[in-house]
Amino acid sequence: MGAIAINNVVKRYGRGAKANQVIHGVSADITDGEFIVIVGPSGCGKSTLLRMVAGLEEISEGQISIGGRVVNDVEPADRDIAMVFQNYALYPHMSVYDNMAYGLKIARVPKAEIEARVQKAAAILEIGPFLQRTPRQLSGGQRQRVAMGRAIVRQPAAFLFDEPLSNLDAKLRAQTRLEIQKLHRELGVTSLFVTHDQVEAMTLAQRMIVMNAGRVEQIGTPEQVYGKPASSFVASFIGSPPMNLLPGIADGSRFTIGTGAQAVVLPLPGAAPRPGALMLGLRPEHAEIQPEGRWPLMVETVEMLGAERLVHGRIGGASGLELFTVRIDATLPPPRVGQAVHMTAAPDHLHWFDATTGLRVGA
Amino acid sequence: MVERRPWLSVLTHLVLISGVLLVAFPLYITFVASTLTLEQVLQVPMRLLPGDQFWANYTQVLGAGSTRGSAAPVAPMLFNSLVMALVIAVGKIAISIISAFAIVYFRFPLRKFFFWMVFVTLMLPVEVRIIPTFKVVSDLGMLDTYAGLTLPLIASATATFLFRQFFLTVPDELLEAARMDGAGPMRFFFDVLLPLSATSIAALFVIQFIYGWNQYLWPLLITSDESMYTAVIGIKRMIVGGDALTEWNLVMATAMLALLPPALVVLLMQRWFVKGLVDTEK
Repeated sequence: MGAIAINNVVKRYGRGAKANQVIHGVSADITDGEFIVIVGPSGCGKSTLLRMVAGLEEISEGQISIGGRVVNDVEPADRDIAMVFQNYALYPHMSVYDNMAYGLKIARVPKAEIEARVQKAAAILEIGPFLQRTPRQLSGGQRQRVAMGRAIVRQPAAFLFDEPLSNLDAKLRAQTRLEIQKLHRELGVTSLFVTHDQVEAMTLAQRMIVMNAGRVEQIGTPEQVYGKPASSFVASFIGSPPMNLLPGIADGSRFTIGTGAQAVVLPLPGAAPRPGALMLGLRPEHAEIQPEGRWPLMVETVEMLGAERLVHGRIGGASGLELFTVRIDATLPPPRVGQAVHMTAAPDHLHWFDATTGLRVGA
Repeated sequence: MVERRPWLSVLTHLVLISGVLLVAFPLYITFVASTLTLEQVLQVPMRLLPGDQFWANYTQVLGAGSTRGSAAPVAPMLFNSLVMALVIAVGKIAISIISAFAIVYFRFPLRKFFFWMVFVTLMLPVEVRIIPTFKVVSDLGMLDTYAGLTLPLIASATATFLFRQFFLTVPDELLEAARMDGAGPMRFFFDVLLPLSATSIAALFVIQFIYGWNQYLWPLLITSDESMYTAVIGIKRMIVGGDALTEWNLVMATAMLALLPPALVVLLMQRWFVKGLVDTEK
């Protein structure tokens, strides 16, 4: 009943030749009870997409259906959804109780039931003691709970979250992330969660939709998106620090980066999927610094992160071409700055992307 | 200033005290004059201590009015002033808050045009349009009526503009949240926007009440019947020109009475008034 189908949805502002198209045909199928995270850099259209599902933006083309019903022309309140806004959008003059009960009052739910639903939501979110306060008297984290409470009491078919954690400090954000996960487990309601933070996306999502410039780059589980990015954009956006991407020319088991005197030939552990211009991707944790390695790296900086170190350098000697990052265990002796080291990588950790389209090449 | 120097605080107090004296002294003189007999008022210099005619003077102006000039009791005039000030204040707020609501929250053809038309009238003070307005009101047969006193002064570009500016600061997400909750436009207006505007409304009420109460030119033009005089006009009519002697003690008593309601409004609503002017918290 809470399935959401997004079918070839287009959004453009303005009309005719001057129209500014921001979403170029997005499709996604979300099954009932799923937790979906839409992630992408700012301006990629993820919030616009969510607002179209919510009914706050008109759909220029395509179709959105919730629970099997096409909702293109249905008012937000009648779509059987609830939304949590980035700045919570609590009514400042109403008590916490009234904030949560307002939608139910308008829907003419009997008083006793409103009371029961609000009390239940307050118990789940542990905001019972604050019900008579106004939002002004609450901390950011508490306001955030009230905003979620307002969504829960409506017992909707789907929750929509528009970057609800971005106004919280780092510690509270991590804690609230866990709570949202717990809440989703308990209620089992379809959730659509928009964020620009890839850590949030990875930790919360059952499946994630990676968007860029108004298009879907990849839809998949966090494991799929991380392990087999569908494009060089996904590869560089998901993961921190991002995947190393080296543009070059593949020829059998040799990969040449740079041209002329600066050219560096990297021997590959296996054959490239096809010859020609390609982009080679390797995650920082999949490169190993070993004396017998055959990829040269000139170390420029070393960052200590506690459990691990990040070694940043340039591949191919001092005059150096491409920046490259390696993640090594903090217990290993770190290379010195200015030292030339060598790296190896296992063949199944190499990712290949088309040099022009950025799409994944090979398995 | 955070500096703490004794002589500085003495100086600041001196400046403040002289400011208070400058403002308060004429008021005090008015009060003293309203408690004296006519002969005492006309003595030069006038005495600076209150006399014993307080009760006599005030009951006379309230019930009977001055014996010279236009002899009308002041009590009905105060009532007229009150009606005029209240109707103008409430009317202005009601009209301008819904105009601002329309301009900010609805998209309709010529929206910008209407806003600018409203805005342009800001530049036209009452005096500029007073002759045509008088003609309209008189043609409509509204001379010497409350409608004639108040209606032409209700339209207000200033208040519309103020409410528009306030509505623009209300986050859009609040409107969206209300839409998600199923609140229609009017419901949003009454349940969310109106309560949020409470302090602005209070501030405007104070300003507009005083504006309405102090109207001089307009009521002077359209009232000829004594029963429709406002307190301000009453004062004017008590002052007789030529050889006759103006009863200044009674004029001053009327002035004191005319001063009271606006002062009360300000005192009672001061907290809200200041909040409305300085509050930025939404």
